[in-house]
Order: sequence, then structure tokens, then C-alpha cells
Amino acid sequence: MCLAIPARIVELEGDRAVVDSMGNRWRAKTTLLPEAKLGDLILIHAGFAISLVDEEEAKKTWQLIAEINEFQDTPNKISG
Amino acid sequence: MLDRIQKAQNLCEAACKALGWQINIMEVCGTHTVSIFRSGIRSTLPKELKLLSGPGCPVCVTDQGYIDNVLHLADRDDCLIATYGDMIRVPGKNSSLEKKQAKANVKVVLSSEDALQLAKDNPEKTVVFVAVGFETTAPATAVVVKEAAEQAIDNFCILSGHKLVTPAMRALLSAKNDKIDAFLCPGHVSVIIGYGAFAEIVEDFGRPCVVAGFEALQIMEGLGEICRQLTAGKAELKSIYNAVVTEKGNIAAQKIIDECFEAVDGYWRGLGKIEKSTLKLKDKYSRFDALTRFNMRETPGEEIKGCRCGEVLCGLIEPPECGLFGQNCTSQEPIGPCMVSSEGACAAWFKYGGIRTSG
Amino acid sequence: MKKTSKHDRILLAHGGGGQLTDDLIRHHILPSLNNEVLAELGDSANLNVSSNSLCFTTDSYVVKPLFFNGGDIGKLAVCGTINDLAVAGSKPVALSLSLIIEDGFEFKLLEKILASVGKAAHQNNIDIVTGDTKTVEAGAADKIFINTAGIGVKLADVEMGFEKITIGDKIIINGTIGDHGMTIISQREDIKFQSQLQSDCAGLAEITCELLENTSGISFMRDPTRGGLAATLNEISRSSGLSIEIRQIDIPVKPAVQAAADMLGFDVLTIANEGKFIAIVSPESADDCLKICKNHPLGKEAKVIGEICRSRDVPVVEMITQIGGKRIVQMPYGRELPRIC
Repeated sequence: MCLAIPARIVELEGDRAVVDSMGNRWRAKTTLLPEAKLGDLILIHAGFAISLVDEEEAKKTWQLIAEINEFQDTPNKISG
Repeated sequence: MLDRIQKAQNLCEAACKALGWQINIMEVCGTHTVSIFRSGIRSTLPKELKLLSGPGCPVCVTDQGYIDNVLHLADRDDCLIATYGDMIRVPGKNSSLEKKQAKANVKVVLSSEDALQLAKDNPEKTVVFVAVGFETTAPATAVVVKEAAEQAIDNFCILSGHKLVTPAMRALLSAKNDKIDAFLCPGHVSVIIGYGAFAEIVEDFGRPCVVAGFEALQIMEGLGEICRQLTAGKAELKSIYNAVVTEKGNIAAQKIIDECFEAVDGYWRGLGKIEKSTLKLKDKYSRFDALTRFNMRETPGEEIKGCRCGEVLCGLIEPPECGLFGQNCTSQEPIGPCMVSSEGACAAWFKYGGIRTSG
Repeated sequence: MKKTSKHDRILLAHGGGGQLTDDLIRHHILPSLNNEVLAELGDSANLNVSSNSLCFTTDSYVVKPLFFNGGDIGKLAVCGTINDLAVAGSKPVALSLSLIIEDGFEFKLLEKILASVGKAAHQNNIDIVTGDTKTVEAGAADKIFINTAGIGVKLADVEMGFEKITIGDKIIINGTIGDHGMTIISQREDIKFQSQLQSDCAGLAEITCELLENTSGISFMRDPTRGGLAATLNEISRSSGLSIEIRQIDIPVKPAVQAAADMLGFDVLTIANEGKFIAIVSPESADDCLKICKNHPLGKEAKVIGEICRSRDVPVVEMITQIGGKRIVQMPYGRELPRIC
């Protein structure tokens, strides 16, 4: 349990983040993952980042990621 | 990918041949139940390998008494109920949140933060957050309880239905349930508690425990690893969800659960009382506990005469063996939790009309 | 275009049949819809349709939000009804337009919607020939409800129906699924997320007529709107008494749509489409059908996604999954809720 998907942090201010998954952008909190940085691939569940995601393992684990080459190049920006 | 699937299938077949009896592997995660169903994995497994759906999703295991408490609060004009979508159709004694939605004081939220925001935006109402989920989701609740305390958002409270996975697994095995040969352990619960948390199940009960993610390939490879162990007569702890799971888990998340909650005895629908299996807010935060605020008690729901969900959840019987199945209990008018959840064991059987997809 | 300068919002009196109603029709509605038949403002439209084989359909539109990426309630109201006529094997010839508008609804929003209606009608070569406008108290209509009804002339020598579907027939879809539904969901208040998702809302009559006029093996068509592909295939299976087998690997889905569905726990098969149709065609005509689709802007990603099979005990819709497994595709409940588990 439960539903969580990998997404990249594209904005980060304090513990408030915006994460991107295939072009969809969701708000998320990084309160549970204080070490998260802009550009990191994280696992998001119920609006919270709960883990960093190993990029190499991600390609072997999630089919959508394995199929999309551009996943590495998700544009990001500093928020504000 | 197909070669990796083939490899996993070969391991499963080898185990069936080597052991010569029906192998039962249980998963205790609603998301695994859904993924297994959606990916059609059962149809690729040998007949002798059975996947059991255990007590792993909030829809299935939330006690009727808990739902009735939520519905009681939903009837109050001074309350707004904030809930994850999963809970909308779960039936209480006479009603469900879905039926209350016409009253417009039930809001579906995607995050506990949305529930807290609802409280900030509606100062004249008390927002009750229907806080369900296993250890994956409990930290999210803990964060907002802390925030509510820090920011003095007093019109916010939670009805905690958070449950813990390993006590349930212990309860299933302690009931001398010989049917369960191994566990496919929940990937995202493991992100929080670490795969090391399942070591006690392996040590105390001698069952293989393999942590897997939710993509079809992950589940197949998880089953393959379990079968490899069974063939070799081993019972080991392993995680194949290397992208996100570590042995120790997310320490920050564990700390915040510990700060806000304590484990107490709780009622699981179909399984009854399980020791130290549910989370209750600690005294420090009791003013955010809806039970305290509204002077309510958690009472177990009534036993529904004839409902055998408990045995289905433990993997002891199959849905058609329950007398209510397909008669009084259908997917349109569900009685027990296994039928309520659209991916529960009974709902799946019902929709097949008895046709099995496992070969 | 002379506008009523005093009012920036609809008043109940705009539906009263008097001066304000007249102003509303002449200065706001007619200019957007601009055609001779409607301009007569008769109690009924006079049509010259020489055929004794007509199709007639109606639909009401209550979508929220009213405006979304790729369209709005106006465009939807035109395309949705056109599509029902199209998949019935007819060429749409005329539409009616009924508006039920809340007291207080802003004129500038109404004009935007009417402009969309006019544009969609024009793009699909059809006229709104008659209509009606009513106003209701604030709160009674969730801003605006629209109903459209449509008449189409059946194409010659086209015989489609459940009874025409045969074992072995192929199932073709003209493009990606889930676009419309996920776009709407992304703009719902309780879920709202930013995305590049676009509704696929479009009129299908041109492509369906081209298929029907140039091939002879099409036994059935339907547009998978509410309930998505899952609902439509289950309806067909149930009504024809035959089973259906589709292949996940052949079903076109945009990665952004799949990712959004994964985040919320939705099954893309159950998500609404508004610019898609499925055609059930004989195996011999499948290649020609695909070719025609791919030559049309609304069919570039067309694919054969499965076929019609014999039923065993009960007719079922099954899907061969990406890992080569098999699972049943169920009729959706009717309301998709986001999950966390």
C-alpha cells in the first residue's frame, strides 16, 4: 500500500515543491524528505515526497520511464 | 522485459513441480491487489500457484464502527468531512459517504494538506479528516496534525483509521493459518518502515517475505523470488524494489509517526481485534482526535450474519463459498468489504460470473 | 454587432419572452450562429431534407468546468451530438440548441460559449436551425446547461447494428484514449493539477462518412464517451452476445494521460473521450479502414486494438495485458474517484 509514482522536483521553496511527471505538475511537500533537492527524482504519495528514486533502477522498474527518453530532461526552474 | 517475465514464470513453475502441493502466496496491500488484477498476472501463473488477497486495503479492513463514526459526524451541520476517494463507497450500517455527498459537506481530497487547507478556508466549521491508510500514509497525517498544532488551527481534527501491516500479518499466521506459504510484501509501506521490518515474520514464522513494487514486472519477479526460495526450502527476507526501498526505511517519516501516534489495539473488519495494530494520537495531540473532541468511542461494527469476509481475507475460503455471495451481496449492493472494494476478491469473482482467469 | 449595453449578466427576465429575450436572441445568439434558417426565428425550423431514412438524437451537456484545454461546453454540445449521428452511419444536417442559464451568468462567458458553438458548427458544416433559451434562479442550473438535438441523413447502403457483428471482426479506434476525461479531471476543483493535457473534443462525421462511403465491411460504430472504452466495449459485448478481446499493447495512450491516471489510480480504459470512435470491421476491410483513418487529421494514430470472439458461458470483454496475461475489462461503476491505495 499505496499508490505512489515517481516525479521530478521542478520547483522547491522550503518544503513546498512542484513535481513533474510526464508534463503533469503536482504540488507536493518534502517535509518527510528533507534531503530532497531541486532536480531530484522522488516518489510522491498523497501529496508528499516519501523517497528519493534511484534513476538507473527507475528505468528498470517503471515501464513508462523506460519508454520515455525525455524523462531525463524534464525542464525545471527555481520557484518564485 | 518479456525474457525477465519468462524467467520469473519458470521459477514459479519449478516451485510447483518441486513441491507438489498448492502454493499460496499472500499479498497484504490493496495496491498489489489492484495491480495484480489489472496486469492479468494470475492468468500467467501455473494452476498450483494461488495468489491470495490479504487484509491490505483500507476499503477492505476499515471496521464498520469506524465508518459509522464518520457518517455520524457527516450528519452534523458544523462539520466538513475530508476523505480520500477510496472511502466514499464503504458502507456503514445504513449508509455511506457517497450517499451523504448530496449534502455537500463531504469533500474528496488527494492529500492531508488539502484537508488542513479546508479547515483554514472554513473557520466556522470543524473539518474531520478521515485518516486511513497503512504506514505509507500515516506520516502525511502526522505532518498536518503537527502543523495544525503549530499554527493553532483548532477547527481541524482527524478520525484515525491508520493500521499497521506487520501486526496483521502476525495475526493471520498466529491463527494457525497453514494456508499461507509466503508473503509478497507491500512496496510503499516498506519505503517508510524499511524492508527490515519484515524480518520478524521470517524469523518467527519461517515464511519467505519478498518486498516488491507495483509494476507487473516487479510483481512477477517478486513471485519468482518467492518460488526460488520455496524450491530451495528457504525462508528469507528480500527486497527487489531497489529504486526506492532500503532496509531501514524513511527515518524522518518514522520519527514523525512516533511523535504523533502510538500503537493501540484496534478492530479490523472481518478479522476482529488485533493487538497494537492501529494508530491513535498521543495525549499531546489528543485535541486533534475527533473521538476526544466529539466524545465518541470506537465500537466494533456489528457482525453481519452470514458474512465470511474474514475467512476470504485470510485466504481460508474462496468467495463463492460464502452464502451471501451473489445473493444478498453483489457489486451493486455490497455487504462485506471484499465486495465493496471494486478490486476485492469477492468483487472480482462476482464480475467474472464464476469464470476464473487463472488458466 | 449592437449589444445591450446595460446588462453584463443574464437576468431572469432574459428568459421571459419579452424585450430582453428578443435582445438576447438578436444581439447575442444569432450573430454567433449566423444562418438563414435560424434567422427566420420561426417557432419551428423549415428544413428541406429529402430522405426517408433519418437519424435523430439528443444529448444534454452539464460539464464542469465550462471551459477546459481544448474546448468548452459549447464545442462539446455541438461535437457530441454530431458524433452520435456520425457513428449511427448518417451525415448530420441540422442541430437544435437549448440553453438553460442561471440568473447572474456573465454575458461575456455566454458569448464565449456561443462563439464556440458557432465555430464548431461551421467547422463541421452544420447549422443550428432552431433553439430555445430559458433562465432559472441562481443555483438552479450550475451556471449553464445545454441540450442539443440533431438530425442526420442515413448514408446509402449502410447497414450497421449489433446483429451485424461477426466473430473475427476487427476493432479499430482512431486515436489515443483518455484525453478528454483526464483534461476535465485536471481542472476539477478538488483535483486540479497543471498539465499540457488537451481534450480531444472534435466532430467525427467527416471521417466516419469517408469510411462508410469507401469501404463495405463496417458492422458497427460507437463513440466511447462516458465510461470510456471499457463501457462501450461492454455494451457491445452484452448487446451482441459476443465476447471481445483487446490488446493493451495496441491501445494508443499519451504518456501524460497514463501518468496522470497512474497518479490518481484511474484505469484509462474507463476515462471519457470526445473525439474518438470505435469501428467494428470485417478482417478483409481492416487495412483499408486503417488507411482511410490515417489519412485524416482525426485518425493519424488509428490502430486495430482487438477482435470479436466467440463467447464461452457469458459474453466478456478481455484484455491481453502488456506482460501477456489476460484480464477481464469490467463495466465501470459510473463514477471514477481518485484513490491513494
